[in-house]
Amino acid sequence: MKLRSAIYLASAILALAAMTLASTLPSGAADKVDPVADAKAFQKFFTDKFPKVKFEDFVNGPYSMNEDLYRQWQDKEQFPPYEFALEMGKEMFSTPFKNGKTYADCFPNGGIGIRQNYPYFDEKEGKVITLELALNRCREANGEPPYSYVKDEMAALTAYMAFTSRGKLMDIKIPDDPRALEAYEKGKEYFYTRRGQLNFSCATCHVQSPGERIRAEILAPALGIVNAMPIYRSEWSGMGTTSRRFTTCNSQIRAVPLSPQDDEYRNVEYYLSYVSNGLPISGPGARP
Amino acid sequence: MIDSFKSKSARFPAFALALAIGAFACAGTAQAQSTVDEGRKLAFDRSKGNCLTCHVIKGGDLPGTIGPELVDIKSKYPKREDLVAILHDETLRNPLTVMPPFGRNRILTEKEINAVVDFLQTL
Repeated sequence: MKLRSAIYLASAILALAAMTLASTLPSGAADKVDPVADAKAFQKFFTDKFPKVKFEDFVNGPYSMNEDLYRQWQDKEQFPPYEFALEMGKEMFSTPFKNGKTYADCFPNGGIGIRQNYPYFDEKEGKVITLELALNRCREANGEPPYSYVKDEMAALTAYMAFTSRGKLMDIKIPDDPRALEAYEKGKEYFYTRRGQLNFSCATCHVQSPGERIRAEILAPALGIVNAMPIYRSEWSGMGTTSRRFTTCNSQIRAVPLSPQDDEYRNVEYYLSYVSNGLPISGPGARP
Repeated sequence: MIDSFKSKSARFPAFALALAIGAFACAGTAQAQSTVDEGRKLAFDRSKGNCLTCHVIKGGDLPGTIGPELVDIKSKYPKREDLVAILHDETLRNPLTVMPPFGRNRILTEKEINAVVDFLQTL
């Protein structure tokens, strides 16, 4: 009898916990797409969950979640592991293509201090354009072969472009175009949809469980996660782009990754960047 | 004489049966021990149960913190079938759970789930 009442009590607590969790999860099941309200609710969820974390610190991933790690990270920043990529990116950026043009010719403001405006919605094309995609298009338009999206040269170029934009606030726009709103909504849907043999969505780890450990690693909050891209990961022993992060996350949950820069990944990056509006660019980052 | 023979022969099968039960029981515990070991291996194996990624488990290094510590399992879940159900598909009980549906998505076989449950019941 005692046991039974204990079970009832436990299940009542569980149900209550599930209900609280459901009601505190951002986004909810909104009937119509309202990105402004979404972003507000999304940011409030994280600031309520981590009242001690300064808003601008959310861009520092796991380091914002743990004081010891934060100190270790500050030490690491003295000799950052992404420095090599940064140097390489800077040099690549100023080296002309065979036709004499440079990357600067493809971007507003010569490509300097513009990371916070990517991805953007291209109304001519009706699609989301990420920085990685724009860089490869720039190369192809100038007769150069495209780079792999996941690491090496692409990570070096985006590292340099992020570095010149450090401190600038993420500023993603959704133009008055139903296709832009649709891309945003599709990205949001992808973010919250469970997939893979392990049945995880992006949100399972990065909304429901930030600050928690999976084995020795601390999960990063989704808020501001894109602001730190690209990142040097000790686990990768090298640099990785947003494309690398998306595809490896999908592999880790035992889902079949999409191709880098697939429309769906571009939409997720659009959604995730939009809800991180107002947070500073901190890339390139370093992660365990 | 006949009586005593009768009773002797009646006693013999009883004795044999007792022996057989004893042998079976021994084999039973040996088998249970091996499934507990097997279950522990599965629980710590990253490509299998990988319970340690989210749960603190006695004897496991670098546990995660997402799920509750796996301790006093027998008093928390006296019914074996409840544990099997949680491992099979916890989303049925809690749609928001982080726990992967090990049975439904065939991450573990039914036999492997049973071995993990044997191990969990020793915690």
